[in-house]
Amino acid sequence: MLLLIKYTLLYGIVLMMVALGGMFSEHSGIINIALEGIMVIGGVAGVLTLTMLPAGMPTYLVVLLSILAAALAGMVYSLLLAFASINLKADQTIGGTALNLLATAIAVVIAKYFSTSGSAKLNYSNKAFLFTVGGLEMSVFVPLGFVLLVISFILLYKTRFGLRLRACGEHPQAADSVGINVYKMRYAGVLLSGALGAVGGMAYIVPPVQTWNFEVGVAGAGFLALAVMIFGQWKPFHICGAAMFFAVFKSLANIADSTFLAQLHWSSNIYNMMPFVASMVILAFTSKNSMAPKAEGIPYDKGSR
Amino acid sequence: MNKKKLSHGSLNSSITSVLAALLCILIGLLVGFLVLLAINPAHAWNDGFVRIIKGGFHDAPYGVGKELANAAPLIMTGLSVAFAFKTGLFNIGAAGQYTLGAFGALYCAIMLKLPWFVCLLAATILGGIWGAIPGFFKAYFNINEVITSIMFNWIGLYLVNELIYQNGTGPMYDVRNTRTLNLSKDPALSKALIPDLGLNKLFQTNSTTIAIFLAAVVAILVWVVLNRTTFGYELKAVGLNKNAARYAGINEKKNIILSMAIAGALAGFGAGLYYLSNVSQWNPLNSTSLPTMGFNGISVALLASSNPIGTIFSALFISHISVGGSFLSTKYYPTEISDLISGIIIYLCAFSMLFRGKIHALLFKNADKTNVNAEPSPAEAKTTKKEGE
Repeated sequence: MLLLIKYTLLYGIVLMMVALGGMFSEHSGIINIALEGIMVIGGVAGVLTLTMLPAGMPTYLVVLLSILAAALAGMVYSLLLAFASINLKADQTIGGTALNLLATAIAVVIAKYFSTSGSAKLNYSNKAFLFTVGGLEMSVFVPLGFVLLVISFILLYKTRFGLRLRACGEHPQAADSVGINVYKMRYAGVLLSGALGAVGGMAYIVPPVQTWNFEVGVAGAGFLALAVMIFGQWKPFHICGAAMFFAVFKSLANIADSTFLAQLHWSSNIYNMMPFVASMVILAFTSKNSMAPKAEGIPYDKGSR
Repeated sequence: MNKKKLSHGSLNSSITSVLAALLCILIGLLVGFLVLLAINPAHAWNDGFVRIIKGGFHDAPYGVGKELANAAPLIMTGLSVAFAFKTGLFNIGAAGQYTLGAFGALYCAIMLKLPWFVCLLAATILGGIWGAIPGFFKAYFNINEVITSIMFNWIGLYLVNELIYQNGTGPMYDVRNTRTLNLSKDPALSKALIPDLGLNKLFQTNSTTIAIFLAAVVAILVWVVLNRTTFGYELKAVGLNKNAARYAGINEKKNIILSMAIAGALAGFGAGLYYLSNVSQWNPLNSTSLPTMGFNGISVALLASSNPIGTIFSALFISHISVGGSFLSTKYYPTEISDLISGIIIYLCAFSMLFRGKIHALLFKNADKTNVNAEPSPAEAKTTKKEGE
């Protein structure tokens, strides 16, 4: 049971952070399908920083610097999406898909360049990110995730910035008419999603293992986070619940062999499939009263009526 | 408006599309060269850039044969995405439909020991079913096909892996190679291989078959269906404006499902071409990444600006540089440089409309002026709309 909680929290936090990123972007009116790619970029930047920091550095500084590096890389990468979809008014889904494809290629090229073995595997030490509470090994990303959740909620619903951001996703013309710079707000939304997505990508890669092969990217976690966001109806705490729901299935796949579930003789493929099937069923039932931001996916054009 | 002017206008717009695609390719290659320079400046030109440009010709005829074998499924996944684009849908699910197609082909080949054309048909049907599901969700629940397709990509991957692997006991699974059974190793299975008509001898490979010609024929068929039939016109009309299509008496729900089913069938057919040519075998232990063929199909379709005939050439190009990338000496460069280049090209393609508008304005300024009262063709209308923004 303890193991189930551990895996659920580890994986759920990843999904939650990335989905929160997607939420900020979509509330500003930009569909961010590039989350998967942003996670990969964040992961590779974070891991590289981790391997390059000098050995004697205090733990908290290692954690802080590598997370900051990941967030920064994610923000820079998300600028590509922002530039294409805000300034050039390109199709956001196509631009995002292109960035997903590009991210894996970039990550593999970088990983191969820096790894000593010539493969796309990078070795690192994850000790700095782990601590133990009551016999349960946790990663620093779990408390960090919950802090970010609260901050996201306050930012989105209790500040002027959040109100303006949501206005740009609902009705950008109206927002513009009262003097809000829609382009700027959309940039802010995408950049926030870049930072959160990248930290999520690092949280996906670093805590569980000490070596990562960047050829596999993040194996669809970014896409799952998109489903989490929709399932969570673009609201921070709903997203948290949805992420934990998805994570339970994923952790079942990890621990099924050692519990009573082993008697069912289900393979990990079936458990892996479950969250996707579940989200399809839920989407089918909830799509009628979707709370999606109304102007998402539509490039903002000052001249249009 | 008379016919002559129409063809004149669409010719102009296809010239613009080709030029825009070439511009994307040029910039992509340039960035690729800069990356090569950054990684290892001493070998960037001869051992790096030239090899990528030469592609399969670096090791002809073997490399060319490999290029053609890879291009055939790419044409099909490209067509799958392009067809969906033409009908207003974004088929990001080609990878999943391809996965199901691979299963259909391999099941008929290994378990039922059927001849190759039946296997191909099975691949097509399974791919079609897997494509129809997101279409169904789109038509009846109004869920964006992008999100559904992504979900069903992964569901398909896990499903197919489970069916083939079955904890290592699956009858289609070869434990020694950790792949599905090799079709060419067993004489009982070899009738499932697509005939090569001497192409293997010509290219000194063992996987160059008539698949490339089959794919080209399908591409032409798709072009005919889209541009010369009422059925194709209806599908496109639904894509352009769902409500207007319904008003004109077109069953838009049926057409959305049909569009996705056809797109899926095309991707499934592509998987059949790949696995029945025995280019490689399915690895059911890989549960972390979807077949790249499906996503490269998006690049192919975008580069061809969704023109079915254009996909033939853009698939050949993408296959050309990725084979070129595989010939890079791993001592100096990672082979993924070619993926990087195609990634950059597709990113540029995402806003190539902008290029297209600029090129069009530059080249056909006068032609447009004389044509000002003529009704623009649909392709042209798109460009002008983007220009106006």
